[in-house]
Amino acid sequence: MNITVTINGAATAIECEPFDTLLAVLRRQGLVSVRYGSDTGETGASAVLVDGRLVNTDCMLAAQADGHEVVTVEAFNTAELHPIQAAFVAVGAMQSGYSTPATILGTWALLQEHPDPSEEQIRDMLSGILDRETAYVKPVEAVERAAALLRDEATEPFGPLVLPPMTDGRNPVDVDPADARPTASPAVPRLIPSRDVPEMAVVGKPEVKVDAIRLAKGNPAFTDDFEARGQLVAKVLRSPHAHARIVAIDDSAAVALPGVHAVLHHENTPRIKYASGGQSWPNPHPYDQVSFDDKVRHVGDRVAAVAAETAEIAEEALRLIEVTYEVLPAVYDELEAMADGAPVIHDEDDTTDIHDRDRNIVHHIEAQRGDVDAGFAAAEHVFEQTFRVHQVQQVPIENHISVAWLDSDERMVVRTATQVPFHTRRMLAPLIGMEIKDVRVIKPRIGGGFGAKQEMLIEDIAAHLALATRRPVKLELTREEEFMSSRTRHPQTLTFKTGVADDGTLVSQELRIIGNTGPYGTHAYTVQTVSGLRGLTSYNCPNKKFDCDVVYTNIPVPGAYRGYGAPQAEFALEAHMEDIAHELGIDPIEFRRKNWVVVGSELDIAPHLGERSVEEGELDEYPKVMSNGIEECVAQGRRAIEWHRTADPAWTTPPDRPNIRRGLGFAFCMHGTAIPFLDMGGCSIKINDDGSFNMLIGATDLGTGADTVIGQIAAEVLGVPLDDIKVYSSDTDMTPFDTGAYASSTTYISGTAAKLAAEKVRERLKERAAKLLGVEVPCTIELRDKRAWAPDGSSVSLEEIALDSLHMDEHEQIMGTASYVSPDCPPPFAAQFAEIEVDVDTGQVTVVKLVMAVDCGVAINPVTASGQVEGGMIQALGYAHCEEFAFDDDGRMVNAALGPYKIYRADEMPETEVYLIQTMEDSGPFGAKAVAEIPKDGVAPAIRNAIRHATGARIDDLPFTPERVWNALHPPT
Amino acid sequence: MNITVNGDELEVRSPGLTSLLRVLRDELDVVGPKAGCEAGGCGACTVLVDGAPRRSCLTAVAAIDGAEVTTVEGLGAADDLSPVQQAFVHYYAAQCGFCTPGMVVAATHYLDSGGSDDRKEIQEALRGHVCRCTGYVKIIEAVAAARGGNFDLTTTAEGGYTTVMTGDAK
Repeated sequence: MNITVTINGAATAIECEPFDTLLAVLRRQGLVSVRYGSDTGETGASAVLVDGRLVNTDCMLAAQADGHEVVTVEAFNTAELHPIQAAFVAVGAMQSGYSTPATILGTWALLQEHPDPSEEQIRDMLSGILDRETAYVKPVEAVERAAALLRDEATEPFGPLVLPPMTDGRNPVDVDPADARPTASPAVPRLIPSRDVPEMAVVGKPEVKVDAIRLAKGNPAFTDDFEARGQLVAKVLRSPHAHARIVAIDDSAAVALPGVHAVLHHENTPRIKYASGGQSWPNPHPYDQVSFDDKVRHVGDRVAAVAAETAEIAEEALRLIEVTYEVLPAVYDELEAMADGAPVIHDEDDTTDIHDRDRNIVHHIEAQRGDVDAGFAAAEHVFEQTFRVHQVQQVPIENHISVAWLDSDERMVVRTATQVPFHTRRMLAPLIGMEIKDVRVIKPRIGGGFGAKQEMLIEDIAAHLALATRRPVKLELTREEEFMSSRTRHPQTLTFKTGVADDGTLVSQELRIIGNTGPYGTHAYTVQTVSGLRGLTSYNCPNKKFDCDVVYTNIPVPGAYRGYGAPQAEFALEAHMEDIAHELGIDPIEFRRKNWVVVGSELDIAPHLGERSVEEGELDEYPKVMSNGIEECVAQGRRAIEWHRTADPAWTTPPDRPNIRRGLGFAFCMHGTAIPFLDMGGCSIKINDDGSFNMLIGATDLGTGADTVIGQIAAEVLGVPLDDIKVYSSDTDMTPFDTGAYASSTTYISGTAAKLAAEKVRERLKERAAKLLGVEVPCTIELRDKRAWAPDGSSVSLEEIALDSLHMDEHEQIMGTASYVSPDCPPPFAAQFAEIEVDVDTGQVTVVKLVMAVDCGVAINPVTASGQVEGGMIQALGYAHCEEFAFDDDGRMVNAALGPYKIYRADEMPETEVYLIQTMEDSGPFGAKAVAEIPKDGVAPAIRNAIRHATGARIDDLPFTPERVWNALHPPT
Repeated sequence: MNITVNGDELEVRSPGLTSLLRVLRDELDVVGPKAGCEAGGCGACTVLVDGAPRRSCLTAVAAIDGAEVTTVEGLGAADDLSPVQQAFVHYYAAQCGFCTPGMVVAATHYLDSGGSDDRKEIQEALRGHVCRCTGYVKIIEAVAAARGGNFDLTTTAEGGYTTVMTGDAK
């Protein structure tokens, strides 16, 4: 059919199908700022203005736009940034930026109607656009700023609120209730500097994200924003059964369908075993997956894949594939899966290294320090408590997407939304029968990953189809597939047993975990070892034991999710510690303080747990804590949450609201920074004619701000503004190796690699400058303000050095390449506080406020660091409060859509406040430790402990749904 | 309109006066034929229409409705190069490679219609094809060798090509 739509002011005649969505048509018109998040309008990523109103184009037919006026963010892209775009850039209101174009259009529509909108109006507008990254904190600030700019009001530069310390860094203080909390917008990070950290030019500054402008403009940046000639669309046939054998598969009707170019399944695809987790070589065993198997092990498992001219043809072809299944009994619960008589999920002969195949136990993990049994015998008090944690999904707003094609050299190129391009290249090559050298993986901008993309999840399907068709093939998961066929967080049953002396000192602590890894063991070993590590490292204790079974079941596949195994373990640990403190009659923070690790504490179980664990006796010495700002975190956090209210029993019971109980909760958080001796990053820097630099890094910015932070590190070393460092990441043909974006490693590992590479460049610059300036000792030269300075005050610009070295004399390309792996894993620390209300009539918990004070060493960029904390806390809030996979009796997820699966909207958010407590971590680049994952650790236990404070109810299962809370308040008698 | 391109019968929706070159490249995503001048002067766009070499840039698609078109993509397979393609590889006949699709198509037609390995005759046959890189020396060498059939490129176990000399290299 033919329609005419006025697009960004131009009347456009479009030929389309009656079933085409407006989203599909606009993207075909090259308007790639309009993005796919789901097919049913929940994400808002696809929103545009239709006749001035914000409308989701994924659930609007193109035909409905006939005769109407459509505006996309491309209309705003003139020589100058539009004030709304400028405001979003200035406050760092985007992380991945995937939905930023829609947010900017919504802002425009709102400000047309309300030039001075209230926060409620702003949040109402934002509520239609889901954001998994920013917690809406900085977007709200950006809208307010945009409104001010459009009213021609002056705005201040956006940056942190610098506060004086409340402690000397080591000793606790009592917070005076009369001491007023600092006031500033919630979007402003509160920064408490350390005297140990020198003033720097670029590091520590709120630099604008290097990708902010391109994201605010909606420029082509993401995997789907580029289209190859003749690109085919792939779709995957998914298993309707939780456990079944494929007896027969008849693809003849599908193959015969016009427009179908390939149909692949287990009968025509090589059977090569692998493990899909994106981890260092050699990947942890077992290799229990193949591209297409003759057995399916969860609803949503792969059965077959089709490449066709259009998505509609591919979907029709899927319907024509006839599969005969022999349905097998399935098991979903980790405890039932280990029981006698449970169905054996991996009964095939070619999966080896399963610990106990017949009982579905894929791994058994043990680690011990001291003697826990002797410890329990000696302890005056012994406490034991069991917790159950559930399954949630990462929910990146950009679903998994890969495009694969053979380039002109017939090498396989895969442009893909991945956190691990180098692991993906290495893991993909054998599956498609190619050599690593003939595979290239390109990571463009990524619309969030959070661990779901620490996988070689769909690249093999796209590449197999590209080989079969010799055409470019795009495979993009639907939102339903993202839930059922991607990756999730491991459910666990955790039991802590703790022996305590009368004075509150820990004597012995044991953690037993049964981890549920679904049908495949991807990340199974390492997630659970991180649970053991994080569960048993926060507190000093002479006797510790970790005992863990990881079991196969038939649920959708768990894998890596931001925080890895820590949120599970720290929920249990911090609930357990809270309850012990109350049992012993000790103040809960004081009890933790008595035991938590301090500077100099040995992390003695850490090396025995993890991807490269060591045996007893292999190490000369154990790693120690070298920086720790927890006392300052606690002091700042207590003041911010007004902790003194815990001393006032009347506060919990507001007299005017008889059904409400109020509570405050605390959790101590400790995480890691990278995997020592394993996580590795590389960086290459070269100078250009104008004295600027290209920086090539393998590190994988997926919205985190890694490109910005690593660029800042190099800029600091080279004495140039951040804009003079042009960052390119990451491409296996172009950039040095990097293990990828996971394990809180990028700033620390890849940032150090950048620092080392920049230092090599700096040495060459000094040599050349000394020659030009007639200085004899090059090391006396200093680089700052884009110039090289001699001690006598004479100077030469980097541009002059570049031109001299590239064109004039003793020619050389000034460049430096370096890589880094760390022997250390310096822990960041944090104090997480929560204020909640419980409706005792309904069990509804309302989270009023979350405060997190984090010691991440030196925050290279305080704004992006605070964005990590805000976004992480809100993901953790969903985990604690409202996100949960729900299944029918046959293992089919019944809430595989956003809405039924609930993630927080802008208008439902609690107030948040972020404190960045500087410490100097000498092993990190300019003092940095990690910040990305620690915000996932403390929210669930802090809310749980606040519910306990409010009501006395102790809830040891997640999430805190009204039903669970109500049942806890009304225990069966 | 319909044309058959390298064996696939395809519907053409472009206006009838659209050049075959633009139909191939822009509508049908067949990008072997190159747009060097779009005025018939360079030969880079040459394809076979019903077996005869044609400048696709000067051929209105309506004029060849129903015809069989063969482009360089239709001459060999990815893992099974045609003799002329093998010879071009072996004799370094491509530098930038932009004229190569037209050269290979024209040379194939020349040899298929009984052309000899005489350098002068080859030069004559390819006279409408402009190459700015090679000085034509290695192109002519390659076409002559393809005629002579005195070598063979075979695929190695590692996926690369190796040359097997089967006669006197001239």
